Amino acid sequence: MSEIKRKITELTDVTIRFAGDSGDGMQLTGTQFSDNTAIFGNDLATFPDYPAEIRAPAGSLAGVSSFQIQFSKRDIHTPGDELDVLVAMNPAALKVHMGDVKVHGMIIINDANFTKRNLQLAGYNSNPVEDGTLNNYRVINVDMTRLVTFATEDIDLTSKLVARSSNMFALGLVYWLYGRKFDNTVKFIKKKFSKNPDIAEANVRALIAGFNYGETLEVIKTSYHVSKATFEPGTYRNIMGNMAVAFGFLTASQNSGLELFYGGYPITPASDILHYLSSYKNFHVKTFQAEDEIAGVVSAIGAAYAGNLAVTATSGPGMALKTEAIGLAVITELPIVIVNVQRGGPSTGLPTKTEQSDLLQAMWGRHGEAPCVVMAANSPADCFEASYEACRIAVKYMIPVILLTDGYIANGSEPWRIPDVNSLKKITTTRVTKSDGFEPYDHSSDVLARPWAIPGTPGLEHRVGGLEKSDGSGNVSHNPQNHHYMVQLRQNKVDIIAKDIPNEVPYGDTSGDLLVLGWGGTKGALRSAVNRARENGKSVSHIHLRYLNPLPNNLGELLLKFKKVLIPELNMGQLATIIRAKYLVETISFSKLQGKPFTTTEVYQRIITEIGG
Amino acid sequence: MIDVSTQTAPLTRKDFVSDQEVRWCPGCGDYAILAQVQKILPSLGIPKENILFISGIGCSSRFPYYMNTYGFHSIHGRASALASGAKIANPNLSVWVVTGDGDSMSIGGNHFIHVLRRNIDLNILMFNNRIYGLTKGQYSPTSELGKITKSTPMGSLDYPFNPPALALGAGGTFIARAIDRDQHASSEILQRAASHKGTSFVEYYQNCLIFNDGAFASLTEKDSKDDTVLHLVHQQPMVFGKENNKGLRLVGSQFEIIELGSEFGINDVLVHDENNKNLAILLSELTYNPVLPTPVGIFYVKNTSTYENMVTEQIEQAIKIKGEGDLNSLFNSGGTWVVE
Repeated sequence: MSEIKRKITELTDVTIRFAGDSGDGMQLTGTQFSDNTAIFGNDLATFPDYPAEIRAPAGSLAGVSSFQIQFSKRDIHTPGDELDVLVAMNPAALKVHMGDVKVHGMIIINDANFTKRNLQLAGYNSNPVEDGTLNNYRVINVDMTRLVTFATEDIDLTSKLVARSSNMFALGLVYWLYGRKFDNTVKFIKKKFSKNPDIAEANVRALIAGFNYGETLEVIKTSYHVSKATFEPGTYRNIMGNMAVAFGFLTASQNSGLELFYGGYPITPASDILHYLSSYKNFHVKTFQAEDEIAGVVSAIGAAYAGNLAVTATSGPGMALKTEAIGLAVITELPIVIVNVQRGGPSTGLPTKTEQSDLLQAMWGRHGEAPCVVMAANSPADCFEASYEACRIAVKYMIPVILLTDGYIANGSEPWRIPDVNSLKKITTTRVTKSDGFEPYDHSSDVLARPWAIPGTPGLEHRVGGLEKSDGSGNVSHNPQNHHYMVQLRQNKVDIIAKDIPNEVPYGDTSGDLLVLGWGGTKGALRSAVNRARENGKSVSHIHLRYLNPLPNNLGELLLKFKKVLIPELNMGQLATIIRAKYLVETISFSKLQGKPFTTTEVYQRIITEIGG
Repeated sequence: MIDVSTQTAPLTRKDFVSDQEVRWCPGCGDYAILAQVQKILPSLGIPKENILFISGIGCSSRFPYYMNTYGFHSIHGRASALASGAKIANPNLSVWVVTGDGDSMSIGGNHFIHVLRRNIDLNILMFNNRIYGLTKGQYSPTSELGKITKSTPMGSLDYPFNPPALALGAGGTFIARAIDRDQHASSEILQRAASHKGTSFVEYYQNCLIFNDGAFASLTEKDSKDDTVLHLVHQQPMVFGKENNKGLRLVGSQFEIIELGSEFGINDVLVHDENNKNLAILLSELTYNPVLPTPVGIFYVKNTSTYENMVTEQIEQAIKIKGEGDLNSLFNSGGTWVVE
């Protein structure tokens, strides 16, 4: 065999999307690539995208599942816009995703699945691999299934099972392409299939076959290298948003000394928070899978009254069901945290797709004047700090806190610097044990929080409930002045928290032509677009809000320092509505409602439209 | 978790009376139930601070305000869900749920069946007056078919729930019926309910003087009650009547009344067994029977693990296997890398 001369090209950042049928194991393939990339030391961001159906009809466009990752030697904020590499395991995956591939980008195809029937299902009249459709791309067309079959012919497995290892072939090939080692994935496979060594062996062989295919064949003349990114010193791991929420709760529980109670009902895309917490019982976590969304939050209210750190998580439809009970938590002034992992709505909407359309619901979606604290996490790793902070505020101020995340950051992942849990903000409570002068609705403290008198404490027997209570004594009161006072007090309890949160410091400059104002999971795309504009000499800055109720004290004055305020949101302009109502400033709303996150490019282009090229 | 402190001075009924004025309508059956509960609580030997009363919405649900214990007046239908959270959070508490037929059979029906199947150690007192009182007189899910009310001027069209049968179907482990005006029987039922480990369900027939007066009159009036009420006593024959001269026997799966005398003796009468679920199901079907007597007392008891105990056991088991949770080792599990 003659020696093959290969070039290794150094790249700054790369975006890859693995796409195939729902049953092709694309999520697992992508996760493996991400974990390995994280360990290698690149910065990365991922975006899993899968259908709502567990198994949509095989080969159909509706059944395509994909996993995108951008990795880089630079600090990056998004999973990337255009693709450098698309792995298309079947014609449907090619059809759905090829429009996102860069011109001259690479498309890796599993030829075995480009059968007449699959082509028809994807709506192709002729095979795009052969008819010139892909002329502008670098195509690597491999019959992965056949090669995997050869590699595993001495293993006693059905051809169907062998074919299912093809995803590992694709992964092996991409590993070779980016100069990665496959040891970690071999370990992972052996562990995952420890009960079925034949399947484990087939997958390992498929992985190695894919790697060797790249190594041996001349079809690929270049492999690539993306250097390690520069990170702050520390120990890192890759983390998804839902896991980071669970970690934040656990840490708040440990740091406060309060046992964690989670009451909830399974709902996409929030269920993973329940899954994670239910596996941490050795942290004294109590998870209660309730009969419905209402019982989920109501049980948390009961647990909060009984003295636990009580939390629940849900998504839009569940949030709607919980609203009456959240009002109960408001009037009884009990500390609970409600996570809303937002998804496309209304109604069942787009269960597996992302959106930011529940902000106004979180703000005002309850009957009566029922203000809650509203916060938002802005990236997968940020979910840790956000959920910890939500707990801190809830128990310090005796108030329900709504934490908004979304499907995009809940399932996406990025590197997370493992924190020193002792260095986090201290968590204090209003817990009381002495009966001298005790009044259950005593609001005389600086933070207006009423005392937390936990059942089991002698001498502090008292009653709470949904009827309006007299300030101080907590007796039922229909007194007109008292009601007015208590409504105002509950608003003041939210407002006073503004003193406890940091003022905003704009990214970029403190004044200029345009301020991009955002909240939640859009941070990565907004920051990247602002960076691109600034690199092109534009006077553009960025504020990304963590706290939505109360808003930071200095936000109003900052807004006045920019000629224009652009508010990109994955909704019809909900933050824009709040900002206009509160500060009477003109804002430009930039909406996107496609079940997908913003791309950097579309935000950048909008910035340029607003301030001129 | 909070330790149960040992009681020093014995408590009395007065210790459980709050300083709030009771505001039910004069003559309401709720007064009698409140008095019965306040009377039996001292005998349980539970420190006052470990007792928690939780209610939903309705006339009955004002109950916690009148008890000098911990209390939570929650929202319509949700009392047992709220109580579940409180009990799981602190299993040392003695948690009572006070609810009504609308609160637990209608808007809270889902929570009601699920709390029963989970067997969380709660004592549920359901005041059944077969009417909506607080909203001023609409028919309820336990109102008889054809009930004329404000919302059903031509008579209600839905068949009523049979609460003990529903509770048995849901997997309840303690099912009983009491009557507001029968203090003697009620006290014993309440004590048994309190000591049962698991969800105790007590259906309280309660008279609403304003909107459904006399709903249970035949079971409470002196001249009729002996013939209409069957007091269930474990391992005792099912006899009733003024002279205890009537009994029930089973023919196939049907009950039949027998007169004790020349033809039938006490040995022919069916003996109650509170641990026999099949029997409890048959007895529950007497609820709306116009001919046979209405059972009062404990229908069914089953001793089995409570939900919250199993929660505790799983936590202990997890600690045994994995050790006490350590954030550092959790965060550092899986793939990590160090940046110098």
